[in-house]
Amino acid sequence: MSKIHVTTTINGDESEFLCTPGETLLDALRNRLGLTGSKEGCGSGDCGACTVVMDGQMVCSCLVLAAEAQGTTIDTVEGVAEGSELHPVQQKFLERGALQCGFCTPGFIVASKALLDHNPDPSETEIRYWLAGNLCRCTGYDKIVRAVQDAAAELRQERTPA
Amino acid sequence: MPSQAYHAPATVDEAVALLSGEPDARPLAGGTDLIVQMKSGRNAPDAIVDLKHIAALSGVHRNGDGFAIGAATACTALKNDAALAAAWPGVVEAANLIGSVQVRNRATMGGNLCNASPAADAVPALVAAGATCLIAGPAGEREVPVEQIPIGPGHTSLAPGEFVVEIRLPGQVAGGGDAYLRSIPRTEMDIAVVGAGVNLVLDGSGTCTAARVSIGAVAPTVLLVEDAAAALIGSKLDDAALDAMGKAVSAACNPIDDKRGTKKYRIAMVAVLARRTALIARERAGAAS
Repeated sequence: MSKIHVTTTINGDESEFLCTPGETLLDALRNRLGLTGSKEGCGSGDCGACTVVMDGQMVCSCLVLAAEAQGTTIDTVEGVAEGSELHPVQQKFLERGALQCGFCTPGFIVASKALLDHNPDPSETEIRYWLAGNLCRCTGYDKIVRAVQDAAAELRQERTPA
Repeated sequence: MPSQAYHAPATVDEAVALLSGEPDARPLAGGTDLIVQMKSGRNAPDAIVDLKHIAALSGVHRNGDGFAIGAATACTALKNDAALAAAWPGVVEAANLIGSVQVRNRATMGGNLCNASPAADAVPALVAAGATCLIAGPAGEREVPVEQIPIGPGHTSLAPGEFVVEIRLPGQVAGGGDAYLRSIPRTEMDIAVVGAGVNLVLDGSGTCTAARVSIGAVAPTVLLVEDAAAALIGSKLDDAALDAMGKAVSAACNPIDDKRGTKKYRIAMVAVLARRTALIARERAGAAS
């Protein structure tokens, strides 16, 4: 089986890798590029732990073939922070304790940032529907929703009531 | 996952050649069903033919008074097309009930149709709307009604080497309106226990002059129920007409018992759901007339 050569832009940097025809983007990110932030929860698009942004749209990287990434731009959880400076979504997840085991967190961070990138002032209902494809078995979601609301407010430079 | 080759042809002809040339080549659109099936071992194609690089398969285009939707167009893109969403809100909403945002950014109506799940959300809405498919294959192109594509769970009427190029919707007529509803125990991320699509036309007096009623998840394939449409045509969607339509859709059902719902529940629920759907379609038709 011949390997496929893929050129893509990941977190702003041009990146190249070789993959097999049936390999998923998630496997290529984790096993070939060492980007292990994206997690495999279900492998079937139900849990969202592998969420990345591909050409501006969030997708489950377990449901994309690595070969399909040719020529695309991909943003993973590794690119969310600016160096050691956490993104407000990350900071608010910490402050609100919006995680326990942490396995779903990278997917939630990427999905939440994707929401706020195009909707700076989502309602609670919009947040919950947007994040319906991300499963968390620890938190009960409430702290996650509060963290996203806090991050939205900070990004809009508003103060939130304590 | 096993697959010997990945191809990304740029033209319909190249895709036809690739799909006819390999013994078990599979077309890939959004991949949200195919890749899951490859992982589970249900599907082990020798080659994957990615259709997303063919211009004709991407995007929503005007086709006379109607629309031609590239079969590999992601569901999210349908919602972003204001003219399509205004003309066929039921179709666009149905496609945007599938999965999560992540899934809808990849999943396509062409894939939803050709995966041939009895519970496919987009399909009853397309059938109610009177949509057709343009199919390409080794013998050339042909156009068939959407309801003729699925022939059983996981099986389609497509011949080897054939694939859906585009889904064609007519223009919505004055006084026309469509809707799709599904019944699920959750609010998101679930598979229809029952689905119903209704498209109808009202005249100036509110009398229904044309209708199509389609139901999903209650038979091996999505069904077009002509008796249900006949019950609406000529009426003002009064209780008697809606009851008759409900009886017709229940009579057409041939559902299974499974973890999502019993046969008895589905037969009863489809009448309720079709009624709710028809009332939404009526409201939209009234607004359009």
